[in-house]
Amino acid sequence: MKKLNTIKTIKLLAVLFISTLAFTACSDDDHDHDDDHDHEEELITTVTYTLTNGTDIVTMIYSDEDGDGGNPATSSISGPLTANTIYTGAVKLENKTESPAEDITEEVKAEGDEHEFFYVSTVGKITKTDVDANNNSLGIETTLTTGTAGSGSLTIILKHEPKKPNSGLNDAGGSTDVEVTFNNITIQ
Amino acid sequence: MKKLYSICVLVFCIVTNAIAQDCTYTFKGQVIDFHDNTPLFGATVHILNLDTYIATNEKGEFEFKNLCAGKLTIEVQHISCETKHLTITLKQNLYKEILLEHHLEELNEVIVKTNSKTEITSIEQSLKKNIIDNFSDKSLGDALNTMSGVSSLNTGNSIVKPMIHGLHSSRLLLVNNNVRMFDQEWGDEHAPNIDINASERIDVIKGANTLKYGSDAIGGMILIKPKKYAIKDSIFGSSLLSLNSNGLGGNLNSEIVKTYKSGFYGKLQLNYKQFGDFKAPNYYLTNSGLKSTNASFRFGYNSFEKGFDAYYSFVDNEFAILQSSHIGNVNDLVNAINSQEPRVIEDFSYKINFPRQSIVHHLGKIEAYKRFKGFGKLTVQYDFQINRRKEFDLRRGDLKNTPVIDLRLFTNSLQSDLQIDYSENLKINTGVLLRYQQNDAVAGTGARALIPDFDKYETGVYAVGNYTINDTSELSAGIRYDFSHIDARKTYNLTDWNDTYNYDELFPQFEVSVENTRIQTNPKFTFHNISASLGYIKQFENNMSFVFNYGLANRVPNPSELFSDGLHHSAARIETGLLTIGQETAHKFSFSLEKNNDSFGFAISPYYKQINNFIQLIPVGITTTIRGAFPVWEYNQVNARILGVDIDVNKKINNQLDYFGTLSLLRGDNLTDDIPLIHMPAANFSNRISYTNDEFHKLTISVTHKTILEQKRFPDYNFTTFNATQQQDVYVDISSTPPTYSLFGLNTSATFNAFKKGDLQFEFNIENLFDVSYREHLNRLRYFADEVGRNFNIKIKINY
Repeated sequence: MKKLNTIKTIKLLAVLFISTLAFTACSDDDHDHDDDHDHEEELITTVTYTLTNGTDIVTMIYSDEDGDGGNPATSSISGPLTANTIYTGAVKLENKTESPAEDITEEVKAEGDEHEFFYVSTVGKITKTDVDANNNSLGIETTLTTGTAGSGSLTIILKHEPKKPNSGLNDAGGSTDVEVTFNNITIQ
Repeated sequence: MKKLYSICVLVFCIVTNAIAQDCTYTFKGQVIDFHDNTPLFGATVHILNLDTYIATNEKGEFEFKNLCAGKLTIEVQHISCETKHLTITLKQNLYKEILLEHHLEELNEVIVKTNSKTEITSIEQSLKKNIIDNFSDKSLGDALNTMSGVSSLNTGNSIVKPMIHGLHSSRLLLVNNNVRMFDQEWGDEHAPNIDINASERIDVIKGANTLKYGSDAIGGMILIKPKKYAIKDSIFGSSLLSLNSNGLGGNLNSEIVKTYKSGFYGKLQLNYKQFGDFKAPNYYLTNSGLKSTNASFRFGYNSFEKGFDAYYSFVDNEFAILQSSHIGNVNDLVNAINSQEPRVIEDFSYKINFPRQSIVHHLGKIEAYKRFKGFGKLTVQYDFQINRRKEFDLRRGDLKNTPVIDLRLFTNSLQSDLQIDYSENLKINTGVLLRYQQNDAVAGTGARALIPDFDKYETGVYAVGNYTINDTSELSAGIRYDFSHIDARKTYNLTDWNDTYNYDELFPQFEVSVENTRIQTNPKFTFHNISASLGYIKQFENNMSFVFNYGLANRVPNPSELFSDGLHHSAARIETGLLTIGQETAHKFSFSLEKNNDSFGFAISPYYKQINNFIQLIPVGITTTIRGAFPVWEYNQVNARILGVDIDVNKKINNQLDYFGTLSLLRGDNLTDDIPLIHMPAANFSNRISYTNDEFHKLTISVTHKTILEQKRFPDYNFTTFNATQQQDVYVDISSTPPTYSLFGLNTSATFNAFKKGDLQFEFNIENLFDVSYREHLNRLRYFADEVGRNFNIKIKINY
């Protein structure tokens, strides 16, 4: 009798064990092994700021094409700015790890009410000329009025979920999506 | 004893009377202890249907004479033994050996004593059900925080990670219902996924007796225990409702237990918890609510010789993480540190927004045991766990509702434990463990996985002996060997692989293929671990005892220490693990002088830990990304030393007033760099005075106090960074610690007999009585907001 009971218990345990295994196997719903974990969709690799005044075009490019880590980011300025000139500025964000390169500016524009660009510059006065759906500044399009000859720097900052409208970076809050600085910009 | 003899006298009288019947059979036998085969003197053998008693003699023997043929229902009893029932059919003279089980606690409900230890020779403390109930709407970490030497590493107020002696994560073993928890416990912001309401008792083992469960309990072990049920026909349950003013939320927990005389039992427990935004004294902590649904189910069979227990639990947690803590780069961090208030303060809401964590944890186990007469007990257990962790961050566009981290960890283990306890003085526990673990970084997150896919295989063997030297002293010793192999698949940045870390020379065998700027690798590591423990207890008069523990623990680096690589969004830092990280080895010495007495008792427990190749995560510099500058935190290894003392005192002032106090002092040093260790708990002390009136509805009123002193010993990892807005370098003070704070609380409780069977318990509590604004050094969000302010809590518990 005792033996019988033991056998019964063992049988029961075996059944439970197997059902547990079956259960765990079934719960493999989301399981994948496609190894596509190395895909950074949100990445911004390149920030391009193009300043145009007729045929006088100056392009500033900040780029980190292998993303965070690895090779350090590089920045380049195509040439000097002309003193006392009004340039039309446009900023472009791209993810160049995708092929073709993904234009992130479009995404930012679509969510204009949640984003805003800020410019900190010692080479001239920058005014934002575009607005979001709520008629608040957005900053993809700008004008830059240069001063007298000399040199300086320019920092472009993109804030996610800033306070809108705001009186500038000091009370905008939000979290930073982009912050790049171009140093040694010459004005002549 | 006197009573027993009077029963005996009675028995003989009845037996004499029985002679009058015309029956001639004899029923003889011997009552024996199941464990060591020794005869039991003074056991009563009762033939229920004849109402006849007899007591056994020194040889455990008994004899009934002149019985009639037929059925006999017999009950056998002995002091501190499980009463045994048997039915025999008498057709001729009969001799029967009756085995009794003297390990009452194995079968009956645990008898709650102030001094019921899991291991007699270990240094440990416990939380009982009545204390656990106080924390029904909080977390495991909050409940443990009330003990001396135990603190927590928090992320906000609902993600609470327990810490013993300043050590956490992979250095703490968390054993839930005899199953070691694997829920990606390696991350700082990964709290254990345990529903505290499902537990009956929680033991914290600070000493060394943890080899049965693993080799790496450098900090200690937390043992969450279920209840043992009495073998009787019964149905009982309880419901607990808790409501809070802060967070406008609460918890509802119900459980029902059915037990059968046959030994079968079942339990079902359900729990739901929800909170909205919590409030610091001066503002709402926007996006700090939580939602949690838990269920557990148990059934089993419990008998003298064999039994089984099946358990399944489901935990679904959704934690909102303070919105202000989502920052973009180091300048945002500087702004947060310099600002008195969080940057986002909105009105109260139940909404769980971004950032948030969503975690589902399944745990199932089945355990079966069999006792062998005169030998011991064999237990075999299979368990599995599935942990799915999703972390959501503030993201752009289509990725808004896509988690940035999505990991699925599957663990399953098969283990045996053989307890050899036939010898009076020597008890041996030995067992084998087999474990397979698989981590899957679920695709589709649109972000690089912080933790890669891996498979891990483990085996372990252990033996622990417990030797009773004499009536007052015991010695235990144990040894364990573990083998583990980890096989991971990870892609690195090619420049990092070749130049930054020099892995192309160190680990060329791991390289698989190169694609543009990325390299696919297949790192494989094998580790062998030896760990050991030694424990000694000596008991003196006046309930005094002295305990000594030594432990040698080896810990294998966890996947985050080896493979972390990239931006940890919510932490605004880049975290880097290193393939070169090796095992860490700890020598733990702990002592305890204890006096267990209700009127005046204490425990003074000093400890000393020497940890070689201690793995720590520290800031090492700054890196510039397109999002601006980020601090880089890297895992490295140093030699460390942690020493301290935990003191507990209890004193009965009079019949109704009790005092209880704790003091914890700790000092952690990084010996390699001769600086303090990062994230070590500060000195703290607590006091509690309780008034109890048993005659008036078991009324209790207690006032509690806890002071955490400012941590003055911290390593200085501050740095400066260029701030474009201010066009100058700014100082980033990430190391300084917040000032000392004291918190007071009030707890009241009363019980009413509401029904025939069962009672109704009311509680009214206030936490942070004086609505103090404070920040805690061990809260990862301390840069962003104050801790939670005053809370009024009402609890209603019905036992039925």
